[in-house]
Amino acid sequence: MMRFILPLIAFLVLSVFLYIGLHLDPHEVPSPLIGKPAPAFSLPQLHEPSKQFSAQEMRGKVWLLNVWSSWCVSCKEEHPVLVALAQKNIVPVYGLDYKDKPEDAEAWLAGAGNPYVLSAADREGRVGIDYGVYGVPETYVIDKQGIIRYKQIGPVTVQSLNEKILPLVVELQRK
Amino acid sequence: MKRLLMLLLCLLPVFGYAGEAKDMAADPVLEKRMIGLAENLRCLVCQNESLASSHAELAEDLRREVREQMKKGLSDQEIIDYLVARYGDFVLYKPPVKSYTMVLWFGPFMLFLVAGGALFYQLRKRRQSVPETDLTPEAQQRAAAMLNNDKENQA
Repeated sequence: MMRFILPLIAFLVLSVFLYIGLHLDPHEVPSPLIGKPAPAFSLPQLHEPSKQFSAQEMRGKVWLLNVWSSWCVSCKEEHPVLVALAQKNIVPVYGLDYKDKPEDAEAWLAGAGNPYVLSAADREGRVGIDYGVYGVPETYVIDKQGIIRYKQIGPVTVQSLNEKILPLVVELQRK
Repeated sequence: MKRLLMLLLCLLPVFGYAGEAKDMAADPVLEKRMIGLAENLRCLVCQNESLASSHAELAEDLRREVREQMKKGLSDQEIIDYLVARYGDFVLYKPPVKSYTMVLWFGPFMLFLVAGGALFYQLRKRRQSVPETDLTPEAQQRAAAMLNNDKENQA
């Protein structure tokens, strides 16, 4: 009897691991920046390059930093979600226009709607490196003390917004 | 005409060589050091390629970053720490021994021990279940004769 039960148990254990493996996304690398201060930066604004935007200005506010680009396909997928979020005025969304040509970026926003309070232009991707960006779009939830609380890798969806991002934002705003 | 076409077709792969990595540093010593370091780092975009061999844009940016830090005089370890602080241990091809990498590092040895133990136990049990039979002297002679006979036949 044991001759059959042992291999069966081994097979079931293996199946469970493989099944879990099916639902893991190897592209979702946990960020070491969660719980750490958002890296400081100062970049020219996309629409007004003569003005700078720095992360330090946002102290005292809970905000979202959305890394996007006009060449990024998944960004187009999340864009309507961000536009709808911006209309609700729950949390300010700032953009980090990553490795983009300003004219392309402006044309894209002009056509699809601009959900951002403003976007900072990271033309060389250096700020992106400081934030550990490896696949656009990525979205950071940053609290009043300037600490990164959450990072969404890949497009923001209605589901991730309602289940994770917004509850977290509300909780952080109460503090 | 056909032959010429064939010859031309055979020459086609000549144009298929891989392009040189872009923006080589002017300093070959530094470039070599950068490549040496980048070979042990993972490109986060194409995860099974090293930072040295990847053509992803992020990899190019990170190579530029590594080069600049080397020019500033940072040590290899300081540069690795810089990247780990941003991208996590995942950038390292050789993960550090930590509480959550214990299974990764020692799991195979544990499995080996368990499997080895199980095999040892099974073999011992089997030896016990097949008792050595005591042969009578006559039976032993017969067996010896049969075995000898067998050997002669083979020879």
